[in-house]
Amino acid sequence: MARRSGWLRGWEGLLLGILILVVAFNVINARHYVGIQNLVNLFELHIEEIMVALTMTFLIINGEIDLTVGSMMGLAGCVMAALWEKGIPAPYGIAAALAVGILVGAFNGFMSTYMGLSSLIVTLAGLIGFRGLAFVLLEDRSVGNFPGWFDHLGQQPLVGPFPFAVLAFVVMLVVSIIILHYTGFGRYTYVIGNNKDVARYAGVNVRRVKMTLFVASGLVSAFAGLLLAARTGSMRGDTGTGTELAVITMVVFGGVSIFGGTGSMFGVLLSILITLNLRNGMGLLNISGDVQTGVLGLLLVVAVLVPTVGNALRDLFRRRQVSTHPRGAGEQKGGAS
Amino acid sequence: MATIRRYVRPEQLRVFSLVFLILAIFLFFGSQIQGYFSVRIFNRVTSDVAIVAVVAMGETLVLLTRNYDLTVGSIVGVTAFFVGKVVSAYHGLPPVAAFTLAIGTGALMGAVNGVVISYGRVPSLIATLGLLAVYRSILVGAPTDKIVVAHLLPPWVLNLAGASLFSIGGFYVTPLLVIALAVLVVFHLVTRYLRFGRRLYAIGSNPEAARTGGMPVDRTVFLAFVLSGALAGLGGIMFLVRYGDLTVGAAQGMELNVIAAAVVGGVGAFGGYGTMIGALLGAFMIDLLDLSLLRWLQISDFWVGAFLGALILLAVTVDSVIVTRLRDIWAKGELRAGTARESAAAGKEEDGGA
Repeated sequence: MARRSGWLRGWEGLLLGILILVVAFNVINARHYVGIQNLVNLFELHIEEIMVALTMTFLIINGEIDLTVGSMMGLAGCVMAALWEKGIPAPYGIAAALAVGILVGAFNGFMSTYMGLSSLIVTLAGLIGFRGLAFVLLEDRSVGNFPGWFDHLGQQPLVGPFPFAVLAFVVMLVVSIIILHYTGFGRYTYVIGNNKDVARYAGVNVRRVKMTLFVASGLVSAFAGLLLAARTGSMRGDTGTGTELAVITMVVFGGVSIFGGTGSMFGVLLSILITLNLRNGMGLLNISGDVQTGVLGLLLVVAVLVPTVGNALRDLFRRRQVSTHPRGAGEQKGGAS
Repeated sequence: MATIRRYVRPEQLRVFSLVFLILAIFLFFGSQIQGYFSVRIFNRVTSDVAIVAVVAMGETLVLLTRNYDLTVGSIVGVTAFFVGKVVSAYHGLPPVAAFTLAIGTGALMGAVNGVVISYGRVPSLIATLGLLAVYRSILVGAPTDKIVVAHLLPPWVLNLAGASLFSIGGFYVTPLLVIALAVLVVFHLVTRYLRFGRRLYAIGSNPEAARTGGMPVDRTVFLAFVLSGALAGLGGIMFLVRYGDLTVGAAQGMELNVIAAAVVGGVGAFGGYGTMIGALLGAFMIDLLDLSLLRWLQISDFWVGAFLGALILLAVTVDSVIVTRLRDIWAKGELRAGTARESAAAGKEEDGGA
């Protein structure tokens, strides 16, 4: 256990180093980088993704995955928009969208825990299917003209310079940290991720924990979708496409093992900050969104490769040490080669 | 019963059920839609399906080893675009060279996947999730204009799309279909009879056991990714031939259709089982159903996603509930037959002793 937390500290240390480098780079390159407005901006531009990243952290630590998040965001927004288009007041539309989020989460959870299917495949089907439903609702229309208070909530600061979404994220972050690291539910999340069967034999209600997490993921994704609709002021069938990739990249880069059982909210927070700052910096350098995604993809692969390559190099070095030192045989070999 | 068990495997039942389903779909819609029983629907389906089927067969090689290759959509896009640019610039390039270039480009990207996954020990889902974005951004960020236009392509590319090698009663056998069938034959034989092919199944069934058993797991998985990339490259040039006009977003999201085709075709999502013909039939069935539904309900194209998602889920559920149970029955039968043989042998020995 001590060793694992040591490794994690190492990983988080690395992330902290990267973060400092990226921020330093941004400070040197952009005059307006330092300042509360840019800081708020930094968060606001990807606020939906980082919100979903919080619930995704729980799910991945739990040994599951939810690929439907992007489609869920689109579906929730489209439900609200379609109802609004039909003349139903926005509060009912919002309630319906959140209810759909809960339902979809419960469905994902049911299929993955009670039917014994892999959440990867279930949510892959959902990724296609729920996006399809979003298209069914809005077809190729773009629905906007939401009520003033809705747009205002998404686009204007609420308290001081902070908009509603940023405040909501901060609250959710604090709640997530407390639940994951300071409650029994959080411990269960880890235990199940480490070994589902052992957890079950130890009397943990595995199914309930997993169901809760899937429902939370659906609900938060729906909420994020609504925020996205409010922020951009319009909704289309393809809104939020590809979010799952960005979210999973952030979580895994934060040191959460894709096999479950390890990782921390702190690491994910660092990874979120790095991602946001990198995007901000690349945006300042006029690098297009697609290329930014590519750079983040590369970062993900390299980040997971580094420990392996490091270990391989260390092994190589050790083996050489072992083979050159003992009993003269090594010396002969060394001389021969 | 025992003889039936010996000659019919659950996997074969799965393929038969797929053929049966396709026939059922065909008959059902035939009774619903006037003029449905024409060769036109087959011609439409086969020309679209050939590309997805080729890529799906490559994906199957990877799926068999309990890995995922999510980069295939990007590889198809990059190859189609790259080869499109090259043949537009050099009209003298022979078709064979263009195909070799496409397959080589795909294999190269597949090799990158393979190195990262089997030698770098990165879980395939993460590695290909990252690399899918990397390949796509290479395409988007490349300093060329962002489209390939059909009228700049050399004539052979355009002719290949409309050509039919021969026709059987109005049913056109297009070059794309022939390529798909050739890939099917080759890789059916590879997975059935070659040592490499059998190892794919062994690794997917139990990676640790395969490693302990002395199989070159890393090399085999690496090769599976290279082949998947190469077939995606082949799919890329087929994509170019079929559509001609391309943007940098070409074939984006195709990996999902490809995995859907394989899974509907009975390829296990956790490795270890599945057949090439299943992947091909899966791709065929999805497209046939898709096209038929569009004509039957007069529904819009927007339903495609919703319906595809439901279909995958259905296929996976049926697989997990029925096929797994069948496999259990088969395994138990084999066990019983084994013990029966043993006790019979033991009995004989006793007889001999007496």
